Amino acid sequence: MSRSRPAIDARTPGALESIETSAVDVEPAPRRRRGSLWAWIVFLLGTAYFIVPLIATLGVSLLAKPAFAAYSTSFADARFLGSLTYSFVIGLITVALSIALVVPTAYWVRLRAPHLRPVVEFITLLPFVIPPVVLVFGLIKAYSRPPLPFTNSDLGSSALLVFAYVTLSLPYMYRSVDAGLRAIDIRTLTEAAQSLGSGWLTIIVRIILPNLRVALLSGAFLSLAIVIGEFAIASYLARPAFGPYLALLGGNRAYEPAAVTLVSFGLTWLAMIAISLLGRGRGARSRIQIAGAR
Amino acid sequence: MSWSWLGLGPFFLFGAMFLGLPLAFLAFGSVADNTTGAPTVDNYAALSTPLVVNAFRNSIEISLVTAIAGGILGFALAAAVILGGLPPILRNALMTFSGVASNFAGIPLALAFTYTLSTTGLVTILLKNLGLDIYGGDFTIFSKLGLELVYLYFQFPLMVLIIAPAIDGLKPEWREAAENMGATGRQYWRRVALPILTPTLLGSMILLFGNSFGAYATAYQLTAGGIPLVPLAIGNQISGDVLHNVGLGYAMAMGMVVVMAISITAYTWLQRRSERWLR
Repeated sequence: MSRSRPAIDARTPGALESIETSAVDVEPAPRRRRGSLWAWIVFLLGTAYFIVPLIATLGVSLLAKPAFAAYSTSFADARFLGSLTYSFVIGLITVALSIALVVPTAYWVRLRAPHLRPVVEFITLLPFVIPPVVLVFGLIKAYSRPPLPFTNSDLGSSALLVFAYVTLSLPYMYRSVDAGLRAIDIRTLTEAAQSLGSGWLTIIVRIILPNLRVALLSGAFLSLAIVIGEFAIASYLARPAFGPYLALLGGNRAYEPAAVTLVSFGLTWLAMIAISLLGRGRGARSRIQIAGAR
Repeated sequence: MSWSWLGLGPFFLFGAMFLGLPLAFLAFGSVADNTTGAPTVDNYAALSTPLVVNAFRNSIEISLVTAIAGGILGFALAAAVILGGLPPILRNALMTFSGVASNFAGIPLALAFTYTLSTTGLVTILLKNLGLDIYGGDFTIFSKLGLELVYLYFQFPLMVLIIAPAIDGLKPEWREAAENMGATGRQYWRRVALPILTPTLLGSMILLFGNSFGAYATAYQLTAGGIPLVPLAIGNQISGDVLHNVGLGYAMAMGMVVVMAISITAYTWLQRRSERWLR
């Protein structure tokens, strides 16, 4: 028994090192090679799942005669550009409103009202609990009659669409901004600004916002990616958005929807590349790019 | 009592108007009688009609299947790039691609799979030329199985994104310690790594469940209502009272909120538990 306990000797620094190095030198090399094989297989299978549908879509989009006709026809369609522009503008307004709502809130929670953090976080999680189709159901019931008959006019419906999208953006916008605020010393910055005579508005606009650039841009790109492809809410509010346009096109045309699908994929791709470039060097955790399915 | 909450006034007002009020309308509608408006539980009792039960059963089944399959696939993929000794650049590529794929859902996703695996899909034709007719049996891309294949496209990338930090959190020292005591690779996974990862794995799969339970546009475009699902049924109820029972529509929406609330709560709780080991 006592002989089987060289571990006591191993506590001396030199012995420990020798155990560690022997474990590193001898053992892992063959295992890693074996591991590598299954790792490659899993990786290639996963990659195939990602890529095959895209290649098929590209293939179908190229079937139209003459070459690239599916693209030229789609881009020439006024509704394509119209719906894309509409969704893009709605997306930009959503981002602006979301920033205006979330930044002061997250700032205030950190600085003055930490006891309300659970309440605020609960509210920002609600959009996960209320799926878009349920949200739009409730919005239509609540805002299609006086005193706030949003859905009775185009402008009102578009405003309601923006508000709905702002709620969808809340979970990741809030978390992104909160993580950004954690990284800077807002208390000191605030006191420094106040001692120089700044008001709250100046502090938020000129001190906090510039320091949150990366967090805000990540949130903004994710919001845009979601808003531009969103279907359920836009469709039930009867808005001329990109999602409903693509759905309509998908039912009516052969090759054009494939071209537009790839455009839509490209836009999502651009947004995600932008987010990962922004998050570079800040650790994978600061990149929030999960918004969920539709 | 401080007045500090006043700074949060705009946020609370927004939350009340665009999350609270819509939810309140549905909640009150679900417990009000259709004609008299008197309090009632009849609408919830009506959830037991075969139509509604069928929709819930389909939704739950598809969400379960894609959560488990997507969870296993996503875990394997994340483990492969993190622990499998693949070049680091592949890991970054996979993470970015997972970000795209988990957000690439809805109408375009459904269309992409139609071009791939419908009767005239390019992969179907390719396989047929190779002698494999996937439409020889019962399969169609518009069936339940087809819908599950499509949902997997956003499910397992989501799994990759949420499980990767947990796999990163497995300390090499644990593996070395296990090996120094003579454990094989399999024993290390069974006795050390998997028990530590279990809460995260379970929580992530629950999140995947909620993710597909709430998905609407993909199923709408792909199946055109061919498979009764809860979100589609609610959508139909918005367009017109297809259930011929306004209150039942509200009760169904509330049922969906309850399922989502349970899954998010379970996810949050399990996530918190797993932070004990993985930080």
